[in-house]
Amino acid sequence: MRIILILIWKELLQVVRNRAMIPILTVIPIVQLILLSFAATNEVKKIGLAVCDNDHSTFSRRLREQFLSSDYFVLKLYTDDEKAAAATLEDDQADAVLAIPPGFERQLLRGQASSLQLQVNAINGVKGGLAGAYAGSVIQSLRRDLSLEIVPVVRQKPAVAAPISVSYRHWYNPELEYQTFMVPGILGVLVTILTMMLTAMNIVREREIGTIEQLNVTPIRKYQFIIGKLLPFLFIGLFDLAIGLTAGKLIFDIPMLGSLWLVFAFCVINLIATLAVGMLISTAAETQQQAMFISWFFMMIFILMSGLFTPIDSMPLWAQYLTIPNPIAHFVDVMRKVLLKGSGFEDIKDHFYTMLVLGPLLITLAIWRYRKTIA
Amino acid sequence: MTHEPVIIARQLTKRFGPFTAVDAISFEVEKGEIFGFLGANGAGKTTAMRMLTGLLTPTSGQASVAGFDVFRSAEQIKRHIGYMSQRFSLYEDLTVKENIRLFGTIYGLTQRQINDKTFQLLRKLGLLDEAKQLVGALPLGWKQKLAFSIALIHEPKIVFLDEPTGGVDPITRRQFWELIYQAAHEGVTVFVTTHYMDESEYCHRVSIMVDGRIAALDTPRQLKLTYEADSMDEVFVKLARTTSLS
Repeated sequence: MRIILILIWKELLQVVRNRAMIPILTVIPIVQLILLSFAATNEVKKIGLAVCDNDHSTFSRRLREQFLSSDYFVLKLYTDDEKAAAATLEDDQADAVLAIPPGFERQLLRGQASSLQLQVNAINGVKGGLAGAYAGSVIQSLRRDLSLEIVPVVRQKPAVAAPISVSYRHWYNPELEYQTFMVPGILGVLVTILTMMLTAMNIVREREIGTIEQLNVTPIRKYQFIIGKLLPFLFIGLFDLAIGLTAGKLIFDIPMLGSLWLVFAFCVINLIATLAVGMLISTAAETQQQAMFISWFFMMIFILMSGLFTPIDSMPLWAQYLTIPNPIAHFVDVMRKVLLKGSGFEDIKDHFYTMLVLGPLLITLAIWRYRKTIA
Repeated sequence: MTHEPVIIARQLTKRFGPFTAVDAISFEVEKGEIFGFLGANGAGKTTAMRMLTGLLTPTSGQASVAGFDVFRSAEQIKRHIGYMSQRFSLYEDLTVKENIRLFGTIYGLTQRQINDKTFQLLRKLGLLDEAKQLVGALPLGWKQKLAFSIALIHEPKIVFLDEPTGGVDPITRRQFWELIYQAAHEGVTVFVTTHYMDESEYCHRVSIMVDGRIAALDTPRQLKLTYEADSMDEVFVKLARTTSLS
């Protein structure tokens, strides 16, 4: 016990003495939190639209106006030349082209079906998908308006099927504020990545300098060494979580519906797994450079498969299974559920149990992999 | 000197793949002896020392240190030995006192023992005023003396020194050897590697390694007689030449 305490004391002293470390632990996470949270929005606005109008009718112009009256579309070109319209899509001036065929108004007035064509640049999948969905709802709303106007004219067929309207209400994030949604998740990622990298680099640095050899020639036990490395970084992780939550509250006014104790408790068991990953990386790396690249590999996978940007539910099934041993995926979900939705222990207990298995498993693996002997 | 070997090596061998770094070396070191371990760069000195300190597992052969087997009880050995590596390996971003406290605690000393040791050690080294300085700020010679003293903090039976005086000025080297003598006088066995042939004259016995084997092992005086040399320097050059020609 005394040995573990002295190792923690030594580690914290070294962190405090390192001039570069204090900003790395305080300023940098806050800057990242602010930048990422403002930038990482799923909202798509100002979709460039080219309209190819071959009908030149009142209805076609109304359709155009309907598109422009929403915030989502910006008119890039209004033409009756199909080639010119297609060209705007090709040279990236427009994101979508709406083609109105000749006879559009006439067919509608006769109560016949008419078709519009929408071409969407789907290179950016999210933007393309949303452009299509927005366009669909704009066209729907015009159809609704028109059907009311046309009915009196076409007396014989009064019963144009009443359009079904769907209205949305967004629970737990009513105004769809993306910062609110992103901050807790990003914070989870920042805390995890930072502590994972610090742990990996710290041990490898001792190996590079040669101080680890001095420790290895003492009767220190492997578990003492690992715990002595783990706990200081666990404290640092909790400290960073506290800073990040404070910043999130002050800057973004993120809701904190659930228990903060629960968040911190989960952070502890989550960090045990994360730090163990950092240690495993350090056992596989000889130099800080190697540790850096291995960390980067895990970092990319952990972040992109964490559900932070793309929901885990929409991943293929095999990928969903891969997120089970990913500590960040659990942390992001817990942060969102507890902070935004006010979930209690019952709602997130699966995450708790998973981490309670994963953490000790990874730690055991790290202790087993750690060698007091050289190569 | 009573016959009481504290280090026994028999056919001790270490291979790294096809390369044999240490090739079946055998020797014994007596209690309280200053045992010089000489050899050119790459002759296998450090590898041999690492096997004896439990940092490296031997490929074959036998060895025991302080009565413990290097294969089975490497961790037991670590309680009874001190080690000072080639590279300076105290924490440069901790103070002199903090380093003493850290290693003292790791070796299981009580707080009181640590306080006593700290004072004794600092007084002996004349570092009382520097107790609160970061070790990184000390001149190299002082660092080496401090590292040596910390290697002895738990009063080990044997201390292993891997080129302890590399890059140190002649006066500090002399002072360093005075510390070594003092430790040997108190019954500590000193196992030391060095590149300085004048230093080997200070050893009780010297072994010279060439290409992973022990080419000669005797007292400096006997070695000079055998090889008809005036100095250890000459002995070393003759040995290195004959073996590389054979």
